Amino acid sequence: MTPAPKARGGVANAGALSLNGVTRRFGDFTAVDDVSVEVGPGELLAIVGASGSGKTTTLRIAAGYESPDSGTVTLGGMDITRLPPERRGFGMVFQHYALFPHMPVEDNVAFGLEARGVGKSERLAQARAALASVGLEGAGGRAIQSLSGGEQQRVALARALVIEPRALLLDEPLSNLDPTLRQAMRDDLRAMLRRVGVPALFVTHDQEDAFAIADRIALLRKGKLLQCGTPEELYHAPVSREVAAFIGRGAIVPAVDRGGTALVTIGSVSREIKVIRPKGAAARFEDAYVVMRPDALELLRDSAGGTAWRGNVINRRFAGGVVVYRVQLADAVTVDVESTSGVTREDETVGVAPLSGPFPIVPG
Amino acid sequence: MKATFQRQSWVIALPVILLLLWAVIYPNAAVIAGSFENGLGHWREFAASPADREALRTSIVISIASVLASLAIGVPLAFLLGRFEFPGRRLLRAVATLPAALPPLVGVIAFLFLYGESGVVTRVLQRILGMQEAPWRLQGVGAIVFVHAYTMYVYVFLFVSAGLERFDATLDEAASGLGASTWQRLRRVTLPLLMPAVAGSALLVFMNALGSFSAPYVFGGGLRVLSTQILASKLNGAMGLAYVETTVLALSAVAGLLLFRWLDRKRKYTLAGKGGRSRRVIQSRRIQIFTAIAAGLIVVALVLPHLMVVLVSFARDGAWTTQVLPPEYTLENYRRLFSESELWRPITNSVSMALIATAANLVVCFLAAYLIVFRRFKARGLLELLIALPWAIPATAIALGLAATFNRNDLLTGRILLVGTFWILPLAYFIRDIPLVASAVESSLRQMDASLEDAARGLGASWLLTMRRVILPAARPGLVAGGLLAAVTAVGEFVASVVLYTHSNRPISMEILAQLRALAFGTAAAYSVLLIFLVLLMTLAARSFEERLA
Repeated sequence: MTPAPKARGGVANAGALSLNGVTRRFGDFTAVDDVSVEVGPGELLAIVGASGSGKTTTLRIAAGYESPDSGTVTLGGMDITRLPPERRGFGMVFQHYALFPHMPVEDNVAFGLEARGVGKSERLAQARAALASVGLEGAGGRAIQSLSGGEQQRVALARALVIEPRALLLDEPLSNLDPTLRQAMRDDLRAMLRRVGVPALFVTHDQEDAFAIADRIALLRKGKLLQCGTPEELYHAPVSREVAAFIGRGAIVPAVDRGGTALVTIGSVSREIKVIRPKGAAARFEDAYVVMRPDALELLRDSAGGTAWRGNVINRRFAGGVVVYRVQLADAVTVDVESTSGVTREDETVGVAPLSGPFPIVPG
Repeated sequence: MKATFQRQSWVIALPVILLLLWAVIYPNAAVIAGSFENGLGHWREFAASPADREALRTSIVISIASVLASLAIGVPLAFLLGRFEFPGRRLLRAVATLPAALPPLVGVIAFLFLYGESGVVTRVLQRILGMQEAPWRLQGVGAIVFVHAYTMYVYVFLFVSAGLERFDATLDEAASGLGASTWQRLRRVTLPLLMPAVAGSALLVFMNALGSFSAPYVFGGGLRVLSTQILASKLNGAMGLAYVETTVLALSAVAGLLLFRWLDRKRKYTLAGKGGRSRRVIQSRRIQIFTAIAAGLIVVALVLPHLMVVLVSFARDGAWTTQVLPPEYTLENYRRLFSESELWRPITNSVSMALIATAANLVVCFLAAYLIVFRRFKARGLLELLIALPWAIPATAIALGLAATFNRNDLLTGRILLVGTFWILPLAYFIRDIPLVASAVESSLRQMDASLEDAARGLGASWLLTMRRVILPAARPGLVAGGLLAAVTAVGEFVASVVLYTHSNRPISMEILAQLRALAFGTAAAYSVLLIFLVLLMTLAARSFEERLA
């Protein structure tokens, strides 16, 4: 019915993939609300969000399975908003891989070439080469059901890569793998995606996956784009409380903004700390909060002459090289503090002091 | 892209919906309209007729009694086979579903040979007891319910067995851990969780019994039920009254359906356990022997009708009069079937009509199931209703609708002349089997990961390639199973055939009936054996086809 795309993508003519102000509503519910992101050739962009944040709908709009109610999708400057998925020439890896259960591995990988009218021996040769490139030499004749989760994921990737896609889209590519395999696949996936050199967009609910794989991260919440930037930017300079709360699990504590520094008062003790402001933010926030992460605080066994915040240890958790203490301070503030010493126990009274920072500051 | 996707859905959906409206809705609407052709006249006639009032009452009584009898056999049997280990269990399990393999009319005549006034079992008892007359007459409500229970308990047995298999054994363990006795567990945990299976199968039996035709037709004696009344009115030329009776029968079925839905309305849970309970071995020696003997008797009772049909098929026509068993045996019945073209004709008729109907079922039901499972469009609910409707309408009503609609050529009103032609029966079979095939294909497609279609399109596959390489292979198990069921039901179909057949397209079932009336028991039984053989052949063909592909 629809002619297979003649253009075979590839590095040479891959342009940037961009979503420009796309909105998608389902009835009264706005799943994606005016989202704009751009992924350059060879770049890895992660769309991160909790379930229901609109990240999968965004990906499906990029792939062409959904069309936006408003906004456009462009590839290398060409408007492809109305182009159906079968003519986009994108490679997609689905969350549960969507491997055809009735075809052996090599037929799965060769299917995109079959759709493009490539002859049988040629497409099987290419499929085997693609399988080899993901570390699955000789697996071509195997049944899908005989593969492990990690192997299925590689087959899905090979199937997406063999058509020399103009962009790669991945829906929760690591969420079906067990934790140990997941660590290893992060590195592999990043290496493989970088080799292809086309824009790669992937969706995940796991910020650690995103940190490990992506060049840049777009954080979505309730269909809205909260912030898009490098992992470092999101971690060190979040633009809002929502971003700060989602990324890096720090305590968010009210502060008085003084430009380069901020004054944090907990109970009767005030401390002035160095802060880092979000890119392009106002010079002062009326209503300001600082983000205090466990590695930016220190635990003191005495109150350091009244300059430290005092509190009670309510929980301790061994985390490899360090022990993380949860300390209940005054004014109902609870912070997590990392310490290399494990001698402190629950219910002990301790002091907590800020290290040199800088601490992210966000508007309230 | 959404817009073209929507448009494409309509391109497929519109012909399917129009075809179903024409074949399913239109004839039934014509029946209802026909019942009002002279205002309320026919309805008054119906209301004033004692025969019709009796028929309605008897139909409902028989249906309820059939449900109770099927439950009484099916539920204990499912528990016995599902929960206990005893000598003879495997054999009993193997034959427990055998009655479902008998085409409806064949089951009825087997019972006639066994338990009829001159039946084998009846005569043996008569001899033993030294009675002058048969100890019973196989007639009336009791006889009909007896046959129904034998053929229909299988639904209950299968549903409840499946429920027991999915039953999470830890639920029972949790209940006994909390101190519940065996009886409390059964009453508070096991039975409530099995209720959906019990209710579903009870509904199936109710609908089947209400529409049942063969048993009342053969064993009714003077008894009237709605389905036989309809045929009688039609043969008397009282079409208006037949329309009213058909409408009442269809309404009773729909009322039954709604009643069961309402009774089952509160259910919000499903059985999704892994089962995995081991069967309890019966310890007591005495109970073990008792169970084994009971199992043996049940096996004999289940197999006897089949054996009897085979035996009688070798009996010389006319020779079996007052003896317990037929006195003379011959191959003549079979020889005549295969050599006389008039006798062979019904067999080719049934096979070709069944194949045509099944082929149409496969195409239409595949498209409908595909649309229902994978596409979102406005008329999806209508399509689902159209697919399910023939299940709720008794076959007699479907047949009468066709007789009322396709009796003349009138393109303006969408009528074509099919009555009296070959094509009316394949059409009737097609309509009857729509729900069967569609639900089989639907369940296959539902097991398919919906993202496979997306994946194929994303890889550049056209709609046709996606259909051929992805959707069809996923639908295949359902197509094979549904197609088999459709072919098997169609080849032995009786209820719609008796209303619509003509001499030239008469199917096997009608010929069996004709031979029975001519008291040619041997020939009737030979046809029955051939029919069972055809069913077996189709089953084996479907199985080897499935194995070759898988």
